[in-house]
Amino acid sequence: MTALLAAEPGRYVGATGSLSILWLLLALPAVGAAVLLLGGRRTNGWGPLFACATTGAAFVFALVEFFALKGQHARSVDLHLFSWIPVAGFQVDAGLLFDPLSATFVLLITGVGFLIHVYSLGYLEHDPRKRVFFAYLNLFIAAMLLLVLGDSYLALYVGWEGVGLASYLLIAFWFFKPAAATAAKKAFIANRVGDVGLSLAIMVMFTTLGTTSFAGVFGAAGALTGATATAIGLLLLLGACGKSGQFPLQTWLPDAMEGPTPVSALIHAATMVTAGVYLIARSTPVFDMSPDARTVVTIIGAVTLVIGCVIGCAYDDIKKVLAYSTVSQIGYMFLAVGIKGAGAIAILHLLTHGFFKACMFLSAGSVMHGMRDQVDMRRFGALRKVMPVTFGCFLTGYLAIIGLPPFAGFFSKDKIIEAAYDKGGMSGYLLGTVALLGAGFTAFYMTRLMVMTFFGKQRWADDIHPHESPLTMTGPMVLLAIGSLASGGLLVLGGALQHWLEPSLGQSVEVGVHTISPVVLTLLTLLVVAGGVAGAYLQFGRRAVPLTPPVAVTPITVAARRNLYFDALNESVLMRPGQYLTRALVFVDNRGIDGAVNALAAGIGGGSGRLRRTQTGFVRSYALSMFGGAFLVVGALLAVRLGA
Amino acid sequence: MSNFPWLTVLGIVPLAGAAVIGVLPRRRELLAKQVALLTSLVTLGVTIAMCTAFKATGSRFQFVQSHDWIRAFGVKYAVGVDGIALVLIALIAVLVPVVLLASWDDADAELPLAGSDAPVARGKSVKTLFSLLLVLETMMIGVFAATDVFLFYVFFEAMLIPMYFLIGTFGGPRRSYAAVKFLLYSLVGGLLMLAAVIGLYVVSTSQGPGTFDFTALSRLNISHPVQLALFSGFFIAFAIKAPLFPFHTWLPDAGAEAPVGSAVLLVGVLDKVGTFGFLRYCLPLFPYAARTFAPYVIVLSVIGILYGALLAMGQKDLKRLVSYTSVAHFGFIGMGCFAFTTQAGTGAVLYMVNHGLSTGALFMVIGFLVVRGRSRLLSDYSGIAKVAPVLAALFFVSGLSSLALPGLSTFVSEFLVLVGTFTRYKVAAVFATVGIVLAALYILLAYQRTMQGALSSAHERMKDLRFREVAALAPLIALMVVLGFYPKPLTDVITPAVGFTMQDVGAHDPSPTQARPVAEQKR
Repeated sequence: MTALLAAEPGRYVGATGSLSILWLLLALPAVGAAVLLLGGRRTNGWGPLFACATTGAAFVFALVEFFALKGQHARSVDLHLFSWIPVAGFQVDAGLLFDPLSATFVLLITGVGFLIHVYSLGYLEHDPRKRVFFAYLNLFIAAMLLLVLGDSYLALYVGWEGVGLASYLLIAFWFFKPAAATAAKKAFIANRVGDVGLSLAIMVMFTTLGTTSFAGVFGAAGALTGATATAIGLLLLLGACGKSGQFPLQTWLPDAMEGPTPVSALIHAATMVTAGVYLIARSTPVFDMSPDARTVVTIIGAVTLVIGCVIGCAYDDIKKVLAYSTVSQIGYMFLAVGIKGAGAIAILHLLTHGFFKACMFLSAGSVMHGMRDQVDMRRFGALRKVMPVTFGCFLTGYLAIIGLPPFAGFFSKDKIIEAAYDKGGMSGYLLGTVALLGAGFTAFYMTRLMVMTFFGKQRWADDIHPHESPLTMTGPMVLLAIGSLASGGLLVLGGALQHWLEPSLGQSVEVGVHTISPVVLTLLTLLVVAGGVAGAYLQFGRRAVPLTPPVAVTPITVAARRNLYFDALNESVLMRPGQYLTRALVFVDNRGIDGAVNALAAGIGGGSGRLRRTQTGFVRSYALSMFGGAFLVVGALLAVRLGA
Repeated sequence: MSNFPWLTVLGIVPLAGAAVIGVLPRRRELLAKQVALLTSLVTLGVTIAMCTAFKATGSRFQFVQSHDWIRAFGVKYAVGVDGIALVLIALIAVLVPVVLLASWDDADAELPLAGSDAPVARGKSVKTLFSLLLVLETMMIGVFAATDVFLFYVFFEAMLIPMYFLIGTFGGPRRSYAAVKFLLYSLVGGLLMLAAVIGLYVVSTSQGPGTFDFTALSRLNISHPVQLALFSGFFIAFAIKAPLFPFHTWLPDAGAEAPVGSAVLLVGVLDKVGTFGFLRYCLPLFPYAARTFAPYVIVLSVIGILYGALLAMGQKDLKRLVSYTSVAHFGFIGMGCFAFTTQAGTGAVLYMVNHGLSTGALFMVIGFLVVRGRSRLLSDYSGIAKVAPVLAALFFVSGLSSLALPGLSTFVSEFLVLVGTFTRYKVAAVFATVGIVLAALYILLAYQRTMQGALSSAHERMKDLRFREVAALAPLIALMVVLGFYPKPLTDVITPAVGFTMQDVGAHDPSPTQARPVAEQKR
């Protein structure tokens, strides 16, 4: 235990000063959502602006609280609100925990959330249900804040499903599109599968430790047996996989792109889907008790990373490519958060990814806005000239994700590759190499996207007139682009983020000897990235892009275009047997159980057919039942007499 | 006020209202409705006053009254409530005014359901409908308030009569079939219970003066074989009423054919008598038998959870779908009753209340939809959210409550049941937890099929909910949200009552298995 000593629980100090009104952070967006939903059409005019204002206010307040926390000695405060579920030994309080980890998330959520609120003003300007959209968006912000601020697993769970609900509502915002409705349902169900894991994890905690609060569980985690800790860890991981679109529950995330693009940027890229990483990082003391659980986390991360990369190379839908890219990047985060002592690096990548992926999604939205909602990259091309601002923003995000220094992604991804190698042993080499090759793949599919969208010849129809988006949209894009450029360096400078997160995640591992010298590794990574870029340029930049996807392709491409058959697998293993089972049970219930009872009734009542036809049949059967009952009474009396 | 006969007054008020409606002239239909609503609101007021007078930490039974009734057999008019009965009576008091509002037009002339050639029942009497509902309220209050087992039995059977007429007169096309089926099932169960009640009396005469008094009976020393026999009598009656798998098949018919208001009271309250009976009678009176049968009941409950959910998914009829979701929910309640932990027991009671709210709301929304679309078939609806967004939204929220979304009251109860069961029966709890995925499936599938997608041309002119309908649903939704975040007022009164029951059955909550002693933790 030389490396990690997470904040000793029980040492969360009570909240004072401005921190004692921390609940206001949740209340602001929640009130916004409530006013817009309950106010109905009356709020159509000013509602969206009101929603932006509440989120903006939440961001400002988050900054105030952030500095208040910074001034604290312990940097971990707990605000008790009220007794939520008090039942004998099961005592759950509603309370908020504000520590460096949650504070970091709060700033990300409210900050990016506010920018995307503003962007949506422009993006959904002409939608008649704009007010509802903003209400859902606010609902999401409130739930997400609860997720990261709750001071017990059960409070986290409320936020956890709350964001799932908001995600459902927003994916299905255009509910009249069957694809959107189906995608929303799929997302919710996949999340629920994960939630079974989270629920069971909480039950195991209560059964073994008698508590579900962070302070209680982390304080007693040292007493857990290895098997129990592994069980809890794996169950939490199942929950995390559902929420974060990790293998084997990843297929819902690309489908979720049916939702409006600001939703994809906020929920399905920057914030909600990273909640799984938060959950695992938050549960560091539990994972410290189980190296096995940690190993599984890294494996899941590595597998998902590869899946996302491979499929990302094959899609022509710009949003789906970005979605699989998200799947893959979160795989990186899982890989890192699974490695002991690398939690802070996972959070670093989470933050930089939040900036550059949101930036790219919003830019993609801007492209779609100008192209009448076209998403097929084969119908784009040469857009850099007509949409210069969008191009500039996308380019920044692109350079950040492929990891070109000094853009943000360079710092975070490089560190993950480094941490994977430094893990040591066979697994270290394996994980490190996967992460390294993933960087090459990422460069490949992102370059493909850039080239097909912004370079080459124009391939859109003549009746489409692409144009640059309004300031409400480009403004947030530019700000996020700046974040994509600068956030990495600023956060890494002097180990700023790592030191800041120490009270939550413990100290980062100090490596004595690197497996591979960091300088060599960086150069190697850049080389692999350059290879990816060059490969994509040769294939898509030098040749004309056909309007329809080529048919004569490798089996891998065919498989990738079909999500590597994961959907087909789900359908044949779960959905269809489920449907057959349901149908069979309905049949059995009608014919079998009910039939047996009806036959019984026929025996007693003298024919259920007559029973149905006539009202008098009832009287007869009543008489007969009474007769039968009398027998039973006598029988019971005898039994009692004999028994007593 | 401690001697104020709260429960008797509470029982008399609705009965008086029904009597007033009975003497009203036939034409004054609106007045009859108004009198009914006013009566139910007065009942609600009295209930609220009574709840504030209840002391959570006081004696087990409060507002106790006892008068001789049939002296020869020691039968008494004895009433009193513990925390469990109190919250269920509160649920009744909340649901009845809501149901009256929802049933406002149910006795008026109506159009037949599409695809059914059943004759339209004409000349239905508004007065009958509303007075029956009020009589039913009295019976329901009585069954929870009785502390004399014979009195309980009387209410238990008497309750059937108004419900039989409600389904048989005001129900859907197959109403007589459903009403008779409902009655037969209940009567069979009731007779078994009657036998067990008499058996109990006989046992009591062998150990002193014969009595039906609950407290006296719970102190009896009953031999094990007799316990098993008498337990079975009560249990089957309650399992049919609840309904627990495999005694559930009457519910989908009754639930589907009953008019909206009656369906809400049937599933929301009447069925709770079964699970209430588990806790009040099966466990304390026959602790040995309860402990013996508990694992089997748990298994039946888990089957019910999964089976009910799968069947709900397979239904084509919206009201049958909701009925089957209730089978699943009653699986949770049954599991909670027989897990013998304070958490699971409290969760089960809380679940009874929350299920009344959520399924009540769901039945009502669907009732409102069926009145508009004149069909109960899922396949006849599509894209309704476009023309009736308020209806769709309330459907959705009720559905979320049914799938126990955290933040709504049902989550608290479901999680308590699960966590309480897990401490004792791990495998059962794991299987039951899978039920939360199935719950999401049946709700979201139904929502997608009816409310989302392209609007069907037949419903382009469908009207959204009216003020009366929203007003009926609003209190239920508000309670779901408030109790989701602040269930403490309920758990505070339920937990001690469940504690008494656990004492009766001789069960203790398992203590945490891997927690270090406090002193060591502070090391």
